[in-house]
Amino acid sequence: MTKSNFTRRGVMKTGAAAGAAGLATPTLFTGAVWADAHTGFTNAPQGDTVTLGFNVPQSGPYADEGADELRAFELAVQHLNGEGDGGMMQTFSSQVLDGTGIMGKKVQFVTGDTQTKSDAARASAQSMIQREGAIMISGGSSSGVAVAVQALCQEAGIIFMAGLTHANDTTGKDKKANGFRHFFNSYMSGAALAPILNNLYGSDRKAYHLTADYNWGYTTEEAITSSTEAMGWETVNAVKTPLTQTDFSSYIAPVLQSDADVLVLNHYGGNMVNSLTNAVQFGLRDRMVGDKKFEIVVPLYSELMARGAGANIAGIVGSQNWDWKLENELGDRYSGTNAFVKSFGEKYGFPPSQAAHTCYVQTLLYADAVTRAGSFNPCAVGEALEDYEFDGLGNGPTLYRGADHQCFKDVLVVRGKENPENEFDLVEIVEATPVDQVTYEPDHPQFAGGSLGTCNPGA
Amino acid sequence: MEAIILQFLNGLDKGSAYALIALGLTLIFGTLGVVNFAHGALFMIGAFCAVTFSRLLNLSHTVVDESRTDFLGNPLELQVPYMYDFFGVNTGAAIIDWAVPLSILFAIPVMIGIGVAMERGLIRHFYKRPHADQILVTFGLAIVLQEVIKYFYGANPIPTPAPQAFVGSFDFGLMLGFDAGSIVYPYWRLIYFMFAAVIIAAVFAFLQFTTFGMVVRAGMADRETVTLLGIDIDKRFTIMFGIAAAVAGLAGVMYTPINSPNYHMGMDFLVLSFVVVVVGGMGSLPGAVLAGFLLGIIEAFASMAEVLDVLPGINQIIIYLVAIIVLLTRPRGLMGRKGVMEE
Repeated sequence: MTKSNFTRRGVMKTGAAAGAAGLATPTLFTGAVWADAHTGFTNAPQGDTVTLGFNVPQSGPYADEGADELRAFELAVQHLNGEGDGGMMQTFSSQVLDGTGIMGKKVQFVTGDTQTKSDAARASAQSMIQREGAIMISGGSSSGVAVAVQALCQEAGIIFMAGLTHANDTTGKDKKANGFRHFFNSYMSGAALAPILNNLYGSDRKAYHLTADYNWGYTTEEAITSSTEAMGWETVNAVKTPLTQTDFSSYIAPVLQSDADVLVLNHYGGNMVNSLTNAVQFGLRDRMVGDKKFEIVVPLYSELMARGAGANIAGIVGSQNWDWKLENELGDRYSGTNAFVKSFGEKYGFPPSQAAHTCYVQTLLYADAVTRAGSFNPCAVGEALEDYEFDGLGNGPTLYRGADHQCFKDVLVVRGKENPENEFDLVEIVEATPVDQVTYEPDHPQFAGGSLGTCNPGA
Repeated sequence: MEAIILQFLNGLDKGSAYALIALGLTLIFGTLGVVNFAHGALFMIGAFCAVTFSRLLNLSHTVVDESRTDFLGNPLELQVPYMYDFFGVNTGAAIIDWAVPLSILFAIPVMIGIGVAMERGLIRHFYKRPHADQILVTFGLAIVLQEVIKYFYGANPIPTPAPQAFVGSFDFGLMLGFDAGSIVYPYWRLIYFMFAAVIIAAVFAFLQFTTFGMVVRAGMADRETVTLLGIDIDKRFTIMFGIAAAVAGLAGVMYTPINSPNYHMGMDFLVLSFVVVVVGGMGSLPGAVLAGFLLGIIEAFASMAEVLDVLPGINQIIIYLVAIIVLLTRPRGLMGRKGVMEE
C-alpha cells in the first residue's frame, strides 16, 4: 500500500501549479501524454495493486442503502480482477477492461463509514486517502455528504465518483473538477415527471409541497414546482419540514384544509416513509377534491424506502435512476441491466437497488477511464471521463458531460405496484423519459453559481 | 375551526405517546431515583416486539411454483405461512392481520423481563452514583440496544400495518356539522389515544387502589421508613421498573402502525420525553401525563401553516420555548414536588 505525502500546503502548491498549467495549455494533456505520468499525483500506485476507497453509510438511517452500495462495489472489484462472470463488463460499450485489475494492477479496496453526516464522511474519506492510500473515493447516500466529500477530494487531488446524490448542487453550484456524478438529479426528476403527471392527472391541478428542510429538499421542490407550473399546475403552498420529524400528521392536516388536490412529498429515506404513511392514514389517497381524485407524488423513489412504506406506496408516482426490471420490460436499449442483476442476484440472493447500480457503474467507469487514459493521474482520468459517451451499463446511451461532470441518460418514471408479487417487485415502470427531454444547458438557473475550476492532481 | 379541531386531535395522539413514555420515566425516577436515558430504547424495543411477533406469525415454508419464475428466471419459491397450515387460509390470514394488537400479549412479559434484567443487571449498581453517571450509563445502554436491534433488523423502517378493520379514517366533519372530509382522522390514531388513556388510568389505579401500589407510593415518599417497617422495597421498586418498561414497550407496540418502526425511533422520542418530565415536574406522575398532552397539542398547533407564516420555524423550537417559560415561572415544573433533584 502506498504512503500518501498529501498535506494541505502541498495540495495548495500543486493545485495552483496544475491550475496554472491547465489554464496555459488546456489542450496539451492528451491520453498519450498522461500515459507517461505515473507519478506526481496523490497516492500514485507504486506496487502491483491499486486501492479504491468506498465511503458509504455503514451506520445511521441509510445503513441498508450503504450495505447495498458496498455489495455492488465488492462485485465491481471482483469483476475488475477477473473473478465471477464479469457482469456489465461484458455489455459495456468500451471493451478495454480485461479482468486483470486496472492497468494490470490488482484492485483492492478500503471502506469508510459516512454515517450520513458531512463531517464524518469527510473524516472517513480523508483517512482512506491519507492512511490507506486510496486513489479514488466513491459512494454515499446523501447530497450533503457528496458535496462535502467532493470538495475534500478536490483539495486532496483525488477523483470522486459520487454515489447516490440527487441534489442539483452536486453538479451545480458545488461542482468540482475532480468530481463526477452518474446518478440523475432533481431537475431531471422534474423534467421527466411533469409530462407524465400532466397525462395522468391533467394540467389543472393544485399542488401542496412538503419539503425536507435541507439542500436536497430545496432543489427538488424548485425543480418540481418549476416543471409542473410550466404545464399549468398551481403551487398552493410549500412547507418546510424538519429533517428530524418523524410524525408528519401536523403537516398533513393543513393539506386537508387547503384546496390542493396533489401532495408532493419532497422527502427521502425515513422522512419519505413516514410522511407517505401518514398521508395515506389521513385518507389522502381516497380523497376527492371536487371531481378530482387526490394524488400523491414522491419525486425521488428508492426501492429500499418503498419497502419501508409497504402497501402505502401503491399507486404513487415518482422517478428513478434505474430499475432492475428495465431491460426485461423496455428491451435491449438498457442492456447491461440483466447482466448486472444476474451477477448481483446470484451472489447475494436478491436484485440490486439503484444505489447499488450507480456505485457499480461508477467503479467500472473509473477503471475504464484510467485504462483509456493510460494513467491513474486524476487529471488524465477526468479528461477521459469528460464528454465520454458510452452504452451497455443499464441506462442506455449515456454522456458524461464535460461542462459539469453530470451523466445524461434516460430517466425512469415509476409507480408503486398495487399488488406486488414479492418484496423486491414494488414498482412498475411507467415510462423511460428520453434523455433529450431531461437535458439542460450547463448554465441553467437551477445550476447557477460555482464552477468546476481546474483539475487537481494533488501530491 | 376545522383546522383547529384537527390539530387538537393531532396533539392528543402525539401527546399520548409523550405521556406514556414520560409516565414510565417518572415512575422510574420517582421510585428508584434513576434518570433513565435508556427509556426511549424501551419504547423502540416494544415496537420491535410487534415486528418480531408479526414475523413469528409469518414463519413460512417454501413451496415451488413451477409455472412462475423469480427475478433470475428460476422457478418461483413461494412462502406459505405455517398459520395457513394450522388454521386454514382465512383464519390464518386473519390472525396475521391482527399481529399488532396480538403482540401486546407477547410484549408485556418480554418488556417486564427486559426491565427487570436491566434494573438488576446494570442500573442498581448506579443508585448511589451521581445523576450524571446514571445518564451516561443509561445513554450508553440505549446506544447498545439500538445497535443490537439494527444488527438483527437492519436500518430501514419495517412496515407493520394495523388490522385491515382499522385502516382508514373517521370523518368527524359530518358528525360535527362541517363539510364531509374536512375533519378526517385515522382510526388507528384514535385507538392509540384511547389505548394510552386506558394504560395511564390502569397505572394510576394500580398505584392508588392496590396494596402493592400503596407500598410503592409510601416508598416513593419515604424509602427509609418503609424499609424500617420490614418491607423489601427494593424488590417492589424492581417490579415497578419492569412495569415502567412494559408501559414504554406497549406505547411502542401500538405506535408501529402510525410510523414504521426503525432502530432509531427511541432516540427521536427520548429528548422530548425528558422535556415533558421536566415541564410536568420531576417525579410527578400526573404532571408527566398533563405535560405530555399539553406539549403534544402545542406542538401540533405550532405546525399549522398559518402559524408558520407568522413565525417561521416555530414548530422546531416551540416545546423548548414552553419548557423555558414554565421553568422560569414554575422552577419545579407544573406539578413538581419540593425537594426532588434539589439537594
